[in-house]
Amino acid sequence: MEIKDKVIKYGNDINTDLIIAGKYTKTLSNEELAVHAMEDLDVHFTKKVKGASIVVAGSYFGCGSSREAAPVALRAAGVSCVFAKSFARIFFRNAVNVGLPIVECDTDRINDGDTLRYVLGSSEVINETTGESIPVNPLPEIMVKIFQTGGLVQYFRETGGY
Amino acid sequence: MGKTFAEKILSRCAGYDVTVGDIVFAKPDFCISHENASAICATFKKIGVDNVFDPDKIVLTFDHTVPASTIAYANAHRVVRKFAKEQGIENFYDMNKYGGVCHQIMCQEGFSAPGLVIIGSDSHTCTSGAMGAFAVGVGRTEMAGVWATGELWLKVPDAISIEVTGDFQPGVGAKDLILRIIGDMRADGADYCSVEFYGDGIENMSIADRMTICNMCVEMGAKNAVCKPDDKVRAALEGKAKSDKWEMVWADDDAEYLASYRYSLEDIAPAVAKPHTVDNYATISEATGIKIDQALIGTCTNGRLEDLRAAAEVLKGRRVKVRTMITPASVEVYRQALKEGILETLLLSGCTITPPGCGACIGLSSGVLGDHETCISTANRNFKGRMGSKEGFIYLASPMTAAWSALHGEIRDPREHFESASDKAGGGQA
Repeated sequence: MEIKDKVIKYGNDINTDLIIAGKYTKTLSNEELAVHAMEDLDVHFTKKVKGASIVVAGSYFGCGSSREAAPVALRAAGVSCVFAKSFARIFFRNAVNVGLPIVECDTDRINDGDTLRYVLGSSEVINETTGESIPVNPLPEIMVKIFQTGGLVQYFRETGGY
Repeated sequence: MGKTFAEKILSRCAGYDVTVGDIVFAKPDFCISHENASAICATFKKIGVDNVFDPDKIVLTFDHTVPASTIAYANAHRVVRKFAKEQGIENFYDMNKYGGVCHQIMCQEGFSAPGLVIIGSDSHTCTSGAMGAFAVGVGRTEMAGVWATGELWLKVPDAISIEVTGDFQPGVGAKDLILRIIGDMRADGADYCSVEFYGDGIENMSIADRMTICNMCVEMGAKNAVCKPDDKVRAALEGKAKSDKWEMVWADDDAEYLASYRYSLEDIAPAVAKPHTVDNYATISEATGIKIDQALIGTCTNGRLEDLRAAAEVLKGRRVKVRTMITPASVEVYRQALKEGILETLLLSGCTITPPGCGACIGLSSGVLGDHETCISTANRNFKGRMGSKEGFIYLASPMTAAWSALHGEIRDPREHFESASDKAGGGQA
């Protein structure tokens, strides 16, 4: 599975309240979550993501509340993959479980508007704009499989277990 | 090279030696959920499995609103009751079953024990590390998956060791220590790490104190926290352990840690976490004089008998200046506090005893904050809006600090109480 698109770049410590405000988490509708994704951080996010589905950030992406609605909102908004230097632990797990691909790597040499190409599970991401290959922390096989099926529920429906 | 506690536990799960970064498939010994079990039930049904993997390994409590404060919560309770009955889940602590906050139930009722793997759909699941368990919080979808398959993947975490030595000074408690540690390490200081506490300072502490410390490690990002288990843990499990699989497990002396720290309890002083982050540490002198409208003493962080006893000792024979909520961590704590006369002392000093549970900490019932109000709270989070109004302010502190501040209507140093108490007793030579 190859992901290739333009980048929207943000900074460090993007918390789950910025990803999706608590007041929207009571809704279970993905469409509604998608509309409000990242709105407190970037009001143009939902427009931008249509032409640039890769989110790149600094360290500790997804910190704060453990709400599962955060990765759900990003995925529903059309985000294809999040690259960050590090992720908060529960966000990381939630992202895997809801099928939002996330990758740890040095993001300093990726800029807003760059085009990235990444094959899920591989050990490098190519910045096509700069021509640079950036090593990533390779995703374990089980996570690649979960991402490919679209999340844990779907994975278990298809496989019945690990 | 030796292994950390986390590496040892996860090597046992895997059946081979693992190291940091490896992915392990683990079969948890117990799974704990509270009201969010209603959402987990819905996801569980989507997976398309009829029965949970083992009803005896699932523990359910109600703690977020007990009794239910809204129709939505009453309906969530209904869903969980029905599911527990359908699935034959006996470890279901409904309101007529002597319940309490899920983390308290796990430790108090003998589910959490050394060497066991505990999974909970609540971020403060790490509390069970006080009993020597490897206890990890997960999301709802993940818990649904565990209910269906009995398994989950766990990444072997880096670990941080914290040696604690000595004994607390009068007026200082476990809350002051953990607030200091989080202040030093900051909110992401232990992200994805196993935080492993040991030393004579830990041995000197009650299990209640160890629970306070482990409970709050998630506030610096920890995957799990654990105190080296000892005879106190063994005694607490006597005749109570719900699994015979437990055994004393601890890190090797030559384990490799990402970082190691040392705290001497003699150096720990009363402290608060100022609004609106838990790592916003301040010494009590920096916060003294801040006016408060409410005090909250209890919850899963500081709602055990020892905590209520400490508050009662400060409040005895005096009257609080602001409304003060006492929220025991469980019905059992409530009963023992009643038996010891602690609740009478607290009631006579003007406190309101709420039903056991999360209480006002999550801003759903039992004392939510209004606009521009300030609360001193023994709970674990002071985020904006956590206890109600987004215009509210929460200072986190120990039960002694909260009680002494409640008497004065402003944040005050609880050591003042102990100085005057020792003067009266003819001591005070220090």
